[in-house]
Amino acid sequence: MTDQLLSVDGVSKSFPGVKALKDVHVDLYPGEVHAVVGENGAGKSTLMKIVAGIYQPDAGTIRLDGEPVEVPGPLAAQHLGISIIHQELMLMPHLTVAENIYIGREKRRGPFIDDKDLNRRARKLFDRLGISLDPRTKVSTLVVAEQQVAEIAKALSFNARVLIMDEPTAALTESETEALFGMIRDLKEQGTGILYISHRMEELRGISDRITVLRDGEYIGTVQTAETDLRQVISMMVGREIKGETRPDVEAVERPAALKVTGLSTRHLLDDVSFELKQGEILGFAGLMGAGRTEVARAICGADPSTAGEIEVHGRPATIRTPADAARLGIGYLSEDRKRYGLMLDLDVNLNILISSLTDYTNVVGMVRDEAGREASRKYVGSMKIKTPSIRQRAKNLSGGNQQKIVIAKWLAKDCDILIFDEPTRGIDVGAKEEIYALLESLAQQGKAIMMISSELPEVLRMSHRIVVMSEGRVTGILDNAEADQETIMDYATRAKVHGGIEV
Amino acid sequence: MTKVADVKREPAPTQEAVAGGLLRQRFQQILTFGSLIALMAFFSLANPNFLTWSNVSGILLSTAVIGILALGTTFVIITGGIDLSIGTGMTLASVMTAVLLVNLSVPLAIAVLGGIAFGGLMGFVNGFNVAVLRIPPFIATLAMMLIAQGLALVLSGKAPIYFTGTPAFGAISRGFLVPGLRLPNAVLILFLLTAVAAVILGKTILGRYTFAIGSNEEATNLSGINVRRWKIAIYTLAGAFTGIAGVVLAARLNSAQPALGLGYELQAIAAVVIGGTSLQGGKGSVIGSIVGALIMGVLVNGLRIMSIPQEWQTVVVGVVILVAVYTDILRRGKEG
Repeated sequence: MTDQLLSVDGVSKSFPGVKALKDVHVDLYPGEVHAVVGENGAGKSTLMKIVAGIYQPDAGTIRLDGEPVEVPGPLAAQHLGISIIHQELMLMPHLTVAENIYIGREKRRGPFIDDKDLNRRARKLFDRLGISLDPRTKVSTLVVAEQQVAEIAKALSFNARVLIMDEPTAALTESETEALFGMIRDLKEQGTGILYISHRMEELRGISDRITVLRDGEYIGTVQTAETDLRQVISMMVGREIKGETRPDVEAVERPAALKVTGLSTRHLLDDVSFELKQGEILGFAGLMGAGRTEVARAICGADPSTAGEIEVHGRPATIRTPADAARLGIGYLSEDRKRYGLMLDLDVNLNILISSLTDYTNVVGMVRDEAGREASRKYVGSMKIKTPSIRQRAKNLSGGNQQKIVIAKWLAKDCDILIFDEPTRGIDVGAKEEIYALLESLAQQGKAIMMISSELPEVLRMSHRIVVMSEGRVTGILDNAEADQETIMDYATRAKVHGGIEV
Repeated sequence: MTKVADVKREPAPTQEAVAGGLLRQRFQQILTFGSLIALMAFFSLANPNFLTWSNVSGILLSTAVIGILALGTTFVIITGGIDLSIGTGMTLASVMTAVLLVNLSVPLAIAVLGGIAFGGLMGFVNGFNVAVLRIPPFIATLAMMLIAQGLALVLSGKAPIYFTGTPAFGAISRGFLVPGLRLPNAVLILFLLTAVAAVILGKTILGRYTFAIGSNEEATNLSGINVRRWKIAIYTLAGAFTGIAGVVLAARLNSAQPALGLGYELQAIAAVVIGGTSLQGGKGSVIGSIVGALIMGVLVNGLRIMSIPQEWQTVVVGVVILVAVYTDILRRGKEG
């Protein structure tokens, strides 16, 4: 092989109370895609931010072409030819592609920006990279994949030889991902080295040359992708073998209904949605994006208004206008976007667990009985194995899986027996997923009724006793697990008008 | 309880990690308090008259009104809101008290409670406008600021109302309840209310929800908390503090001054901000706000004793606000 382009050696980094990286190594050759994988909190992003100069390491060396270098800041990284593409896109939507790429580096004529020069430079860059975007397009009119391309072009406009990509495909569709991979292959041919972070294991086989695994901030090992079974990589990540996937026994069918929804409709999307959720049942909700599954959940728990429909809770008709009404009836909603809708990130684990049930820990004059509350939340932290140094830790410092457990604990503390999970494992790493699955199953065994919205069909098939399939705001099918497979579900999920009707 | 799959063992939290977290939480308060002590040390070295009992109690007396306003508005600011109506609202509450006591000759206690309740009513309307009508707090309370300013002039007939016929009223602020302790009642009221506000914010369910709403309102709502109702309660509480400030101010001046009050809201907000409460919400403390108010009081008094002209005193207060907020930003930056 040729000489090393980049080598990171013995890097350590601590944050207050957390050792984020311990003696980590990674190296990169020209024209190589080197994937860095690990569970959430394994230290991937911290490592990348150190290479990109955003964080400073406590110890260790970074070498570029064999020479030790300092990377005191992002600007210095750019001068060294290291560019990072962040997980969240950082483009200004109201500027054009060219303006975004060359922001801060515009050529000026007196006080005015030379737009022609800007667009010419961008065009030249695009030609070199084989990009077919028009540099004069406003970024806000681009689809996500095109924005990603613009972001990559921006990174490469600094003549980057080392490109860091942090979960570049998280927001992309399959075909967009393919297009991105095509571009990555072109970059490889031009000798760019790419450090690539991803959660999607199946992706790595297609794109990466080597894979480095981190776990709990430690270097676990580096393998050649072509010679390695990905299951081995996963077990390196989690530190144990992953169990095979099994379907649950179909046995919860003859239990009483916990929740009965009839004719639920909303102004914009839902149309006559009816289903029954039984005690001790996991009822999967499958469908394509925009099919209305989240809307069903939000309408049931009073977060959005409904225009028609009846809801029965344990056989009694219920009026639910606000999430407070739903909580009183024992219905808890766990949003897919935990950070926005589930947690108070800057507050501690304790209050996040107790927020819904705080009235249970309050005396007549409204004083909170703190010791009783803390005891309760410690109990949940223990029984659900929430990994946190203490219940005083802020929620934002926990990993995705542990944050999800906090939200679950919140509803268990409120004594909810109907739990609506919206994408329960989104953004959660492989090992923690297994824990969440086990938790869902044990909750169902305890008699909780669980509605589980998921876009991952294997997850739906593995977890659900029955599966509700939705399309365009309607329920198109309710399947027993025994009769369901991926093809059947997709068939129902793509059925447009079930009742016939006239296309408008 | 719940059974879960086997997971990696978590390392036990080190004692120092936990203590470190607590220390960091308290850091802002310690810093603010330290600044107050440093300021006082500086002024007492610069001028021996500074650290006399009469000067210090004078500072406390002049801080009382801003301090009480700052207490109430701390709650609103922690929810991520703002209340611009507390200055002129205070004026309206004091005019209301005067109208009740002087013009309508109701008993003293009822007039005082009436003034406070009227403050609470204004807060309630603010809360309703913000929580139910969803008018942004800045706009809703700006409107209330103007409404209160106008109504105070209307109700008073554009002239001050004097409490000359009811000497007991002035004693609310200027009397000495504790014999031998040479602190006017207004200062005692400030201390008492500080304790009350600290308990409400730190120990009651309203305080917890105040932080929760400020940290993530939508998540709080989806957690089954009736956010609208609690926001109205929080603005009403702030309004009641405004009402009390109105009574204390009127008693101190022995008159209701309809033209006074504008600008007090900004001083109170400045005190809250100096005290480390974030305008983004979710973070703040009652003690911080009082210390913030005292810092402003000490600054103005100390600069005056050093014969710095008033216009420069204002400039210094402005600079202090910048420094205080920047220190907070630095501190949060370090937290990562």
